[in-house]
Amino acid sequence: MSVTGHALAFRGLTKRYGSFTAVEDVSLAVEQGEFLTLLGPSGSGKTTILMCIAGFVAPSAGAILLDGRDITALPPEKRDFGMVFQGYALFPHMTVAENVAFPLRVRRLGQAEREAKVRAALDLVQLAQFAERLPRQLSGGQQQRVALARALVFDPALLLLDEPLSALDKKLRAELQEELRALHRRVGRTFINVTHDQEEALALSDRVAILNHGKLVQEGAPAALYERPQTRFVADFLGKSNFLHGRVREVASGRIGLTARAMLLVQNLPDSTPRPALGTPVLLSLRPEKIVLLAEGESAENEATGRIATWSYLGAGFSLVVDTPDLGPIRVVLPTWRAPIAPAEGLQVRLGWAADASVPVMDDAA
Amino acid sequence: MNGFRRDAGWYALILPAFLLMSVFYIAPIVQVLAISFTEPQPGLGNYERLFTSESIQRVIVTTLRICLITTVLALLLGYVLSYRIALSSARAQRWWILVVLVPLWISVLVRAFAWVTLLRRQGLVNNTLMEVGLISEPLALVWNEFGIIVGMVHYMVPYAVLPMLASMREIDPRLLAAARGLGASRGEVFFRVFLPLSLPGLVAAGVLVFIFSLGFYITPAILGGGKTLMVAEWIGLQILDLIRWGLGTMMATMLVVSILATLAVFSRIVDLRRIFGSGA
Repeated sequence: MSVTGHALAFRGLTKRYGSFTAVEDVSLAVEQGEFLTLLGPSGSGKTTILMCIAGFVAPSAGAILLDGRDITALPPEKRDFGMVFQGYALFPHMTVAENVAFPLRVRRLGQAEREAKVRAALDLVQLAQFAERLPRQLSGGQQQRVALARALVFDPALLLLDEPLSALDKKLRAELQEELRALHRRVGRTFINVTHDQEEALALSDRVAILNHGKLVQEGAPAALYERPQTRFVADFLGKSNFLHGRVREVASGRIGLTARAMLLVQNLPDSTPRPALGTPVLLSLRPEKIVLLAEGESAENEATGRIATWSYLGAGFSLVVDTPDLGPIRVVLPTWRAPIAPAEGLQVRLGWAADASVPVMDDAA
Repeated sequence: MNGFRRDAGWYALILPAFLLMSVFYIAPIVQVLAISFTEPQPGLGNYERLFTSESIQRVIVTTLRICLITTVLALLLGYVLSYRIALSSARAQRWWILVVLVPLWISVLVRAFAWVTLLRRQGLVNNTLMEVGLISEPLALVWNEFGIIVGMVHYMVPYAVLPMLASMREIDPRLLAAARGLGASRGEVFFRVFLPLSLPGLVAAGVLVFIFSLGFYITPAILGGGKTLMVAEWIGLQILDLIRWGLGTMMATMLVVSILATLAVFSRIVDLRRIFGSGA
């Protein structure tokens, strides 16, 4: 199949239920062939946005555009979007082949064409040998693939996925993530995915839009979001993060100096960003894996000494919580392979991190 | 050995219920069966009448016809009602179910007489139609098959609604949304997804209503006015008025047999335990 994806955009999308605002003024453009994920905790409005795109929920305000054409008022069956529902929603009284043929049947395709397309779609998800089974005779992962085949068989303008992997166990989820990614590359269509699982969002997407309380908080490529979160919510929701509170003590070219109680912190800050005034509070996000344990004689741009409060062994890494007098508890992740220390509660350690390891974030914590 | 003694304890617990059932329920039925072969003289004479007596055949045909029409109408009305209820909000559903169930708490006798007052020559329906000028002569709405069917359908609709509603509520609403999302119109969603998935409830309701209808006594007796005889009333007539125990018990046996036969046939099609609500 060639790249036949379509571009979708929504502008000022808002959905109110009485006095409750589920989605507030969200604008986003999804490009042709892109894999976009709407990520957020439950109640963030991500599913409502997907239901607006699919046509099941009418927005209170705003417009949805497909290749520039306004489709806000179209009913779901006229939109020609493939959709994989949460829990798959396979028809239990139809075989796998009949399920996949359903969208073609309601489009009045001839039998020969229908059969050929069903076979191609089942081949695409490697389920051709299960065509005559009923959905309940399949495993969760196979059902998920049937749902995908059914959503793709009629060459939809775009594919909508509502928590497609949430019903699967962890190992299977990882496998299907890779399959879904490969499928996206193979069919070259525009995919819009909704999930609350940040790992899934990072692994699958070309671009992620993070939502909270019905608002778009930040959007961008997975790496950009992870490395340069703009707000405390994004840093906290996407992976783990330490938050360091400081006040601006000096502003220099490319970096600023902060005081946190008795401690001095050095933070890189590109000159292009607005310079904070002296004395203003600044919140830094520092990822646990960007902190190192300093051996005797080693030094870093930022150093803090503390005692290990708790630690746990995670296989690939150790997770430590180090109590520091000036910054409070700091979470550190160390590779276990050739770890510089044997962790023990109460052990004194010296932490170090570079001036570009942390990023200033806006404090949007509720 | 141990297991046997423990089982014996459990059996002892159900013994009173078992005795009650066998003494007061199974024994009389067996006796009915016995009488049908022995009165007035031993032999198959009573059953022979099934093939020779035109009046008996007429009663059976009338009963089957009324029961079939009642079943079809009760299913149609019940299906529409169940569909409406199944698609309404949880709060509205409680009210709907109350409205459906209230008639069940009113005596059959009261309801039959209520229909008589509505349908008789000077009843509300005829008077209204005449005042409006739609008809000049009162219609014969009661003391015939029409009246019986009206009364029976009214009685049966709740019994049709309950199994159908139960099976419709099991349908995942996401399936209906999925069907529309995949391009099906509202009509196609109904005929390709909702109807097939509600079919077990429809069959169950049909069996339930048909079996109930076969043994109807009070409603046909009052609304039929003695002119249209159904099996149950005919049995009562034989035994109470004509003292022909042999014929009466023969027909009673036939009724029991046909009910068991209906159940046997449909138990192969649908899971009876689901219909009559055994705790899964």
